[in-house]
Amino acid sequence: MNSDTPVPVASPTSAPKRTLLEPAPGETLRRARSYFFEGLCVSSAVVVLVPLFLIFIYVVSKGLSGLSLDFFTQLPKPVGDERSGMGNAVVGTLILVAIGCSIGLPTGILAGIYLAEIGRGKLAAAIRFIADVLGGVPSITIGVFVYALVVVTMKRFSALAGGIALAIVMLPTVTRTTEELLKLVPAHLREASLALGVPEWRTSLLVVLRTASPGIGTGVMLAVARIAGETAPVLLTALGSSYWSFAIDRPIASLPVQIWRNATSPYPKWQQEAWTGALVLIIIVFLLNLLARIATSRSVKAR
Amino acid sequence: MSTVEVPMQQAASSAPQSDAPHGTRGADRAFRAILTMFGLTVLAVPALMVLELIRSSRLAIDKFGLGFLTGRVWDPAREEFGALPFVYGTVVTSLIAIVLAVPVSLGLAIFLSDLAPHRIRKPLGFMVELLAAIPSVVYGFWGIAVLRPWLRDTVEPVIIKYFGYIPLFEGPPLGFGMFAAGVILAIMIVPTITSVSREVMQAVPQLHREAAVGLGACAWDTIRYAVLPSARSGIIGAIILGLNRALGETMAVTMMIGNVPKVSASIFHPGYSMASVIANEFVEATSDMYVSALSKIALLLFGVALLLNLFARWLVSSTKSKLEKRA
Repeated sequence: MNSDTPVPVASPTSAPKRTLLEPAPGETLRRARSYFFEGLCVSSAVVVLVPLFLIFIYVVSKGLSGLSLDFFTQLPKPVGDERSGMGNAVVGTLILVAIGCSIGLPTGILAGIYLAEIGRGKLAAAIRFIADVLGGVPSITIGVFVYALVVVTMKRFSALAGGIALAIVMLPTVTRTTEELLKLVPAHLREASLALGVPEWRTSLLVVLRTASPGIGTGVMLAVARIAGETAPVLLTALGSSYWSFAIDRPIASLPVQIWRNATSPYPKWQQEAWTGALVLIIIVFLLNLLARIATSRSVKAR
Repeated sequence: MSTVEVPMQQAASSAPQSDAPHGTRGADRAFRAILTMFGLTVLAVPALMVLELIRSSRLAIDKFGLGFLTGRVWDPAREEFGALPFVYGTVVTSLIAIVLAVPVSLGLAIFLSDLAPHRIRKPLGFMVELLAAIPSVVYGFWGIAVLRPWLRDTVEPVIIKYFGYIPLFEGPPLGFGMFAAGVILAIMIVPTITSVSREVMQAVPQLHREAAVGLGACAWDTIRYAVLPSARSGIIGAIILGLNRALGETMAVTMMIGNVPKVSASIFHPGYSMASVIANEFVEATSDMYVSALSKIALLLFGVALLLNLFARWLVSSTKSKLEKRA
């Protein structure tokens, strides 16, 4: 407001007298503008959350009708065969995630310990930075990379290649979460352990890492949820399969790839199976997210 | 996540001076060596990725050079490869996604950081993160089944009716195409932009808000004059991170964009994107040159993502640290 406009209260003759409680000129407009923009923010919250519900409700209602024991025990069959399912894809996803975790978790956690405990100076900063950048690399590019590195070398698509691709996808998340959480562990715990003569490596693994483990578990679950739904890198490395397959050096089926194949097929029967697959996948991912959330709130409360 | 200053490192550095019994020193040294090795692995993976991508796209680089970027013809049978349709499709869909997603994401971020009742902030934030966790293939499938008919019958005819004379909005309402892909991408990148920009806004010191309120500012004035200006560059970083995600998104785009390698002016026409062409053709690519051309597209995607990422992260982290220092 302009400071040189005469204050109404001070002018005795002209201008109606105003008490302090009356709104100043322009105040109504300001209020209105405030309500307007607040309203915009609220409505954008609605606009964002509605698609979530739509997608969620739609997948549940479409997928539920196909959910039966056959879905988990049968192979994908041609149209016409009633007893058909995605059992091999469910198992395949579990195998792929297991391989991804067995490579990605130790690497990520140990790299995280390195960053939190002994990494200093330019090297650690570079690693931290590169880990963040790796998190932003499109997953399809990771697929092409692993194809060139593993599939070409082994001369065939394989579960192992798929697992390696997933490990690379999860690596940055695991590394950075581990680092952040280790840094939150109070220093006196570590000092107490060292003062008792416990060697550094045991202190790191048994005291510091253990204290931070609930939080790290959260990060791990979120990373697992993410790789369970990854399609593009798996498509280029594990390829997919319409049979039961447990061999690590053979192509293997996975839920996301199978959903993609079925969804883009013209047969309603196959599409129905894809909806059921999508429901199963979403349930897995949401459960992992929920567990991660519960674990976090528990560990926060415990502190 | 904010980091607490790390006194552990001091503890670690003073450890070797204590009278450790013999043998533990060696174990500690081995432990440190192993940790360093794993730390270096994280550094080595992207480096190896660059080398490997360059190596496998060697053939295409030698044959097409930079002309690859401007070539409009994609004909695997005659081994003629130009990436322009894919680059164009990726850029257009990402821009549509950004235009659609940024306003609502910022609105939601402001709502979550400043306006929502405290009781619902956390659950609401969690729901937004769940939105981000839905696998991209499910988004794509939902796009085919629900979004496509809706766009084809409701949204696109209206836009074409009123703005159809502009080449940008011309054409038959197909329901798939670059616009449809942009819409699905917008839904997918909202959580990224929202959560990062909310983080930055929450880093704005509470004192700034209190000062604004003390001067008589109402809720919106506080946000407009106290929160947004100091969070601005961080918010730009958040938007670029969203853009980065949109560029690399594969499955949902593949299912919505139509997969036609053409450069067309109208956003309602089908197109193709860099990530989609890799997903669709890589496994079936027969000749070495074909694989090499697709690898070159992957390399291109990697380079763009790298640059965007570096810039965005620099913006976000410098804003946050500046704000936290002020607090």
